[in-house]
Amino acid sequence: MHHISTSYRVFTIINMLLLAFLSFLCIAPLIHILAVSFSGPAAASANLVKMWPVNFTTDAYEQTFGNANFLRALGTGVTRTVLGTLFSMALMVLAAYALSKENQDFRGRTFYMWFFVFTMLLNAGLIPTYILVQKLGLINSLWALILPQAINIFNMILLLNFFRVSVPKALEEAAYIDGAGHFRTVFSIYLPISLPAIATISLFTMVWHWNSWFDGMIYMTDTRNYPLATFLQTIIVQQDMNQLNVSAEDMELLSDRTVRASQVFIGAAPILLVYPFLQRFFVKGIVMGSVKE
Amino acid sequence: MKKKDPQQPADQLPVRTPVRPAKPKWNLQRNWPLHLLVFPAFVLVLIFQYAPLPGLIMAFQEFKPWLGYFDSPFIGLEQFRKIIEIPQARQVIWNTFLISSFKIVFQLLVPFVFALLLNEVRIMVFKRFVQSFVYLPHFLSWVILGGILIDMLSTDGGLINQVLTSLLPIEPIFFLGDGDWFRFTVIVSDVWKDFGFSTIVFLAALAGIDPSLYEASLIDGANRFKQALYITIPGMIPITIVVGTLSLGNILNAGFDQIFNLYNPLVYQKGDIIDTYVYRIGLLSGDYSFGTAVGMFKSIISFVLIVAAYRMAYKFANYRIF
Repeated sequence: MHHISTSYRVFTIINMLLLAFLSFLCIAPLIHILAVSFSGPAAASANLVKMWPVNFTTDAYEQTFGNANFLRALGTGVTRTVLGTLFSMALMVLAAYALSKENQDFRGRTFYMWFFVFTMLLNAGLIPTYILVQKLGLINSLWALILPQAINIFNMILLLNFFRVSVPKALEEAAYIDGAGHFRTVFSIYLPISLPAIATISLFTMVWHWNSWFDGMIYMTDTRNYPLATFLQTIIVQQDMNQLNVSAEDMELLSDRTVRASQVFIGAAPILLVYPFLQRFFVKGIVMGSVKE
Repeated sequence: MKKKDPQQPADQLPVRTPVRPAKPKWNLQRNWPLHLLVFPAFVLVLIFQYAPLPGLIMAFQEFKPWLGYFDSPFIGLEQFRKIIEIPQARQVIWNTFLISSFKIVFQLLVPFVFALLLNEVRIMVFKRFVQSFVYLPHFLSWVILGGILIDMLSTDGGLINQVLTSLLPIEPIFFLGDGDWFRFTVIVSDVWKDFGFSTIVFLAALAGIDPSLYEASLIDGANRFKQALYITIPGMIPITIVVGTLSLGNILNAGFDQIFNLYNPLVYQKGDIIDTYVYRIGLLSGDYSFGTAVGMFKSIISFVLIVAAYRMAYKFANYRIF
């Protein structure tokens, strides 16, 4: 380096301190809730817990995992996330493959693109969609959480842009000459080459499914069908005991601050688990996917 | 007899037209598999995105679920007149506009400054750590964050009020119980959640600045502050314009998930937004028609704004989505 002035050195130190502080601010709430969830109930309700557990105990987690309603919601949440992700990735990859063809190679591509993109601009809104789902008889069915949002147009466009950039045309033509059809080309060429991109979009879809709570709230009239996110929304955030058939068990989950904290943390845990993988991919994925030809 | 003679290919050349060498016949007879591949996605979008659209007719009716779309009486633009006349609806539109405007401005300003500061860090490990931490909140849902914030912002012993009252000579603040503080909390917590993630696009722009500019400026005697001022900041202006323009399309999206998970009847007056209002009026109170009309009012304005924003972004910065 050339001359580094004293003022720049001072700036660098202040700058790094500031950035470190901001980083801390971004994770502090999670650390706090984690600390509360592992603290003794008395210490927690006396507001003694800051960033480290006081009177360490795992009682809260034992209580949470011992609750049948919580476990059922957890199960629904996991099922919905796994099934929903598989379903929508399969459909989006196939469609994105077809749409990644050039206009002259795939007649009708322009029509399909407009057809899909239009929905990004205008949608019918909450009430007509709700009435439709109701008319289709999907209320209280798991499919109500999977089908309506299965095709995320934005993710599909990311996928198709990625296909266009990363799959060499020559490879595809070679496969064609060797007699591979479209299906064969998708599975033997596109899938292996685009695995990082597909993994990234899958993770995004999983996060979306795991975090979705509103569809569960409106499409499930029976609270026993709630996925975890919806369960947490009604029981922790709304604390709406009228809407929920609060049993003695649920009251247990509500009354204790440490138990509430443990449930919130369990809700965040899967995201924290996939985050390292997500983070490694998403910057690259987003940048590459948005590259235009 | 004019016959194609394989031994005289030169004769055929003028007859055959291809400028490009032989292209695989992907067309027509080989097109049906492509249609088949798009078909499932097409059907789902047709059912769940297009099929509800005719339902918008409710906005012009006095819709009764037991009468359906066909037998409910038409009342013309009556529902839309109500939007303008009911003070509550006007208030809700104003709240939406106000909250989202502040969000848009700060969601542009904070990431801009943050990217600049991060760009000055030369220690890569530190930089990566900071990035890992600030991107994280983006991926947590507002249910989780709502649960955490309600706990941390509470007036009886919430962590934030504890810290504030110990540092400053003030009473605990009703962050979620007072209308003005609620707006403040919503804007700050939204920026807190997403500023890191919004920084990515600025960092990408920074990576695209030609390094030779910095070398040249060094020879001309510019220090790091001058470099930031004359190279880095101007280099970030185009993407800032694009992001800012595109976010105009979101001016009526004040963040349903966030508001819904943080608000309560105490702050309806100043914190209620169009989406939460549509949910309460439409689905909870069962006034389907009025709810749909308010939602449609929002959709149409958003549609116009999005189209205008993309046109502007294309014009000013040559940006296109696909």
